Amino acid sequence: MECVFGLVGNGFAVVVADTSAVHSILVHKSNEDKIMVLDSHKLIAASGEAGDRVQFTEYIQKNVALYQFRNGIPLTTAAAANFTRGELATALRKSPYFVNILLAGYDKETGPSLYYIDYIASLHKVEKGAFGYGSYFSLSMMDRYFHSGMSVEEAIDLVDKCILEIRSRLVVAPPNFVIKIVDKDGAREYAWRESVKDTTDAPAPAPAPPA
Amino acid sequence: MSRRYDSRTTIFSPEGRLYQVEYAMEAIGNAGTAIGILSKDGVVLVGEKKVTSKLLQTSTSTEKMYKIDDHVACAVAGIMSDANILINTARVQAQRYTYAYQEPMPVEQLVQSLCDTKQGYTQFGGLRPFGVSFLFAGWDKNFGFQLYMSDPSGNYGGWKAAAIGANNQAAQSILKQDYKDDITREEAVQLALKVLSKTMDSTSLTSDKLELAEVFLSPSGKVKYQVCSPETLTKLLVKHGVTQPATDTA
Repeated sequence: MECVFGLVGNGFAVVVADTSAVHSILVHKSNEDKIMVLDSHKLIAASGEAGDRVQFTEYIQKNVALYQFRNGIPLTTAAAANFTRGELATALRKSPYFVNILLAGYDKETGPSLYYIDYIASLHKVEKGAFGYGSYFSLSMMDRYFHSGMSVEEAIDLVDKCILEIRSRLVVAPPNFVIKIVDKDGAREYAWRESVKDTTDAPAPAPAPPA
Repeated sequence: MSRRYDSRTTIFSPEGRLYQVEYAMEAIGNAGTAIGILSKDGVVLVGEKKVTSKLLQTSTSTEKMYKIDDHVACAVAGIMSDANILINTARVQAQRYTYAYQEPMPVEQLVQSLCDTKQGYTQFGGLRPFGVSFLFAGWDKNFGFQLYMSDPSGNYGGWKAAAIGANNQAAQSILKQDYKDDITREEAVQLALKVLSKTMDSTSLTSDKLELAEVFLSPSGKVKYQVCSPETLTKLLVKHGVTQPATDTA
C-alpha cells in the first residue's frame, strides 16, 4: 500500500512518499523517510520490498558519490537515472531488486527532471509519475489538474489534493506523507503531512492519590 | 647500468627506475612525430607518416589518427600494433560508459581509464609495457576542448600544445615559444604545420608525408572529427608556405 508520486514544476521537481513501514498487519512506524537525498541536487523516492529499498538506494547513492569523488564532477540526473536503471536491469535476471523509483533532479543546464524507474528496469522521463495503489488516485488527480510550469504553491496544492484522495479513497491508506523538493538551490525536505502522530512520548505520570 | 633489473617489468632498479618503461619511451622516440595544439574553437592533430608510398590506400586507412568516439580522437606515436590494442580498449571503454550513462564519456575520464590499463602493465602480470604514446583530442560539456598526452608509464597530462615521437623535445620548445592562449583553429593548423616542417628530417613537406585532423564543433553544436584530405592538405601546405613547390622536370 506504499504511495509514491511526483511532478515537475517551473524550475523544480517535487516528490512525495508515504511514511509508514508496514509488515503484514502491523505498522512498525509511521515516520519512515522513503525519499533519499542522492546528492546535492537529486532525490530518490523509492517504494517496494523493505530491505531491497534501502539496500538498493544506498548502493546507488554511494556509487553516485564515488563518481563525484573520482571525477570531480557530479553525474547529471539523466546519467544517474540511466545508471540506476542499468543496475536494476543487470540484477533482473539473476536476483531482482523489488524497488520502484522516482528519481527527481535539477541540473544547471537542463533544469528540473523526473524519471520513472520501475522494478523491472523500465525507464521513462516524465512530467508526473506515481507508484503503488495510491497511483490510481494521484495520477488521476494529476491528469486533471497538472499543467506544465506550475509554481511551487500550485504544485503543493496539487500534492495536497492527491494526498486527500489517497486518504479518503484507499482502503488501507497510509496516514502520513513526506514532501521533498529539488530546485537550483538543492534537494531538501519541504514538509510533512501527518494525520497520525507516532506515540513515543510516555504518558504523564498518574497524579498522587489524595492523602 | 643495472642490466640485471631490465628483464622484469614489474621491479624497480636500485636507482628507483623502471627500465622497461623507459625503454618503451625510447622506442617511441624513433617513431613519426605527432603534434597536438589546443585552440579556442577546436583541437588540431598533425602527424608525420613514416610509411609513404603511392600504393597506400589513403582514403580508408590512417596511420597516425584514430577516432575513439564521436567526440574524441587520438594521434599515436610508437609501435603500431601496440597502439591498435589500446585504441580498441579505449573505444570499448567509451562505449561501456555510454551504455551505462547514456551520455558521452568525459574526455579526461577516458584518458584516465586507458592510462590505468597502461599502468597495470608496469606493475603486475610480467608483461611488457605498451610502446605507444598518445595525444587525445576531444570535446565534452564539462571542459570544452581538451588535449591530453599519455605515455607508456600510464602517466597523463592536459596540455595546450604537445608533441610526441621523434624530435618531440625540439617540437615542444618551438611550441612553447610560438603558442598563444587565444589561438584560433586556423592559426593552430598553421603553427602545427610550421613546427612539423622544422622538426621533420625530410627536406620538403608534401601531403603524402603528413596526416592532419581537427576536432571542432559544427554550427549545429555537434562534435566533428575531420581528417584532412590529401588535396586540401596540399593546398594548406602551399598556403602556409611550408612546402617546396613542385619543381618542373624537363
